[in-house]
Amino acid sequence: MEWDWAFVWQIMPTLLAGLKLTLLVTLLAAVVAAVLGLALAILRRSGNRAVARGTAALSEFIRGTPLLVQLYFIFYVLPDIGIRLPALLAGVIGMGLHYATYTAEVYRAGIENVPRGQWEAARATNLTMRQTWVHVIVPQAVPPMIPALANYLIAMFKETPLLSAITVLELMNQAKSVANTYYRYIEPMTLVGVFFLAMSLVSVVFLRVLEARFGRMAK
Amino acid sequence: MTDPIIRIDNLVKSFGTFKVLDGLSFDVMPGEKLALIGPSGSGKTTILRILMTLESISDGHIEICGDQLYHMRRNGREVPADEAHLHKMRSHIGMVFQHFNLFPHKSVLENITLAPILTKGTPRAKAEARAMELLEMVGLADKADARPAQLSGGQKQRVAIARALALQPRIMLFDEVTSALDPELVEEVLLVMKRLAAETDMTMLLVTHEMGFAHEFADRVLFFDKGRIVEQGPPEQIFSNPREERTQSFLRKIIAAGHRV
Repeated sequence: MEWDWAFVWQIMPTLLAGLKLTLLVTLLAAVVAAVLGLALAILRRSGNRAVARGTAALSEFIRGTPLLVQLYFIFYVLPDIGIRLPALLAGVIGMGLHYATYTAEVYRAGIENVPRGQWEAARATNLTMRQTWVHVIVPQAVPPMIPALANYLIAMFKETPLLSAITVLELMNQAKSVANTYYRYIEPMTLVGVFFLAMSLVSVVFLRVLEARFGRMAK
Repeated sequence: MTDPIIRIDNLVKSFGTFKVLDGLSFDVMPGEKLALIGPSGSGKTTILRILMTLESISDGHIEICGDQLYHMRRNGREVPADEAHLHKMRSHIGMVFQHFNLFPHKSVLENITLAPILTKGTPRAKAEARAMELLEMVGLADKADARPAQLSGGQKQRVAIARALALQPRIMLFDEVTSALDPELVEEVLLVMKRLAAETDMTMLLVTHEMGFAHEFADRVLFFDKGRIVEQGPPEQIFSNPREERTQSFLRKIIAAGHRV
């Protein structure tokens, strides 16, 4: 089998369209994971025991089952009970929900890492609960979380090929379809690998910068 | 005869089955400087934490500046205080902690101005001017822009005192404020507190293991053991002529451990 540059240029626009969708899905799912994760973390801290335990059980369940199975469930099983979601939305919800259970742990650890004395000083200076969160707890809890959150962002990016299983036309799915059309796999699959590698390398550098910036601040 | 500024009546605090405070009652008069001494686990720090509402009570009543701290009246009935009531009551009280608990992400000046700006609506310029006066008083005006991490323990504690003072509480609680300091840094903090005691009419409650300082600072000393007051009186009596056996043995142990009296 020989490498065919002409074929590479021919399929490039299709693959780039796939890459664009991959980035879009990653970004949207990351937003869902960031927001939903915070909600899960707050619910787990709830004074209401049933709420806290229910949230913990749900997180454990989601984390304990494979993302691929969850995606199939959301896209192929939910329509049976009348919930029909477009592939892209199903993918964003599936990945976002799955990773929210991980980001929730990051939030939780970050919040718990703020010493108890900080809560007490806030109360002794008569700050309200809201002021305590906004001015004392969050500014101290968030910077150490950032490298860990960015790590999950990169992990999420590399898991987007799973979405090809539910017909999302992301990079992997596009590569598969051109490969199946022309019966040539070497160029499309190599390019998928190269694209992911390139993005990962950029992300790793980005992560190092974040760690240098915020990891130090944590001390 | 003025009314007491703090009235503690039959206060009980249990952690599980362990009674830290067991039916404690005492009053504090406005402007009084009180030293609380006793072995660790005797409940003296718990009293300060309860007064600052960092710890709830199990039973009893506390009155501060004429108002119930943990109870309020609603429709003529006494009910447990809600957060709004606690918030109002907390404005009478300030606290300085053993481990300073400065906000590490804020500058020294911001540590002091944060609460007045947020809780009292003090304009920033006024809060900063007042903070600079307080820093002047504790001898740290040149550190206004420093971060807490750049300060020594003694300097941190002096900033913490300034932070508590900025809210102008009527009652100040000092919880073992020199226990976490290297010995050579203790003096600078005690000096600030002595000046404070001499220059203000604030009511002060001090939990300490520095018997020499308690002697000099306090109008009255309370000796605690097992959640009760064993003996109380002017410092001369407690330190030079304690009546109770438990007070005597505690002071002997403290002296043997190398503390000055």
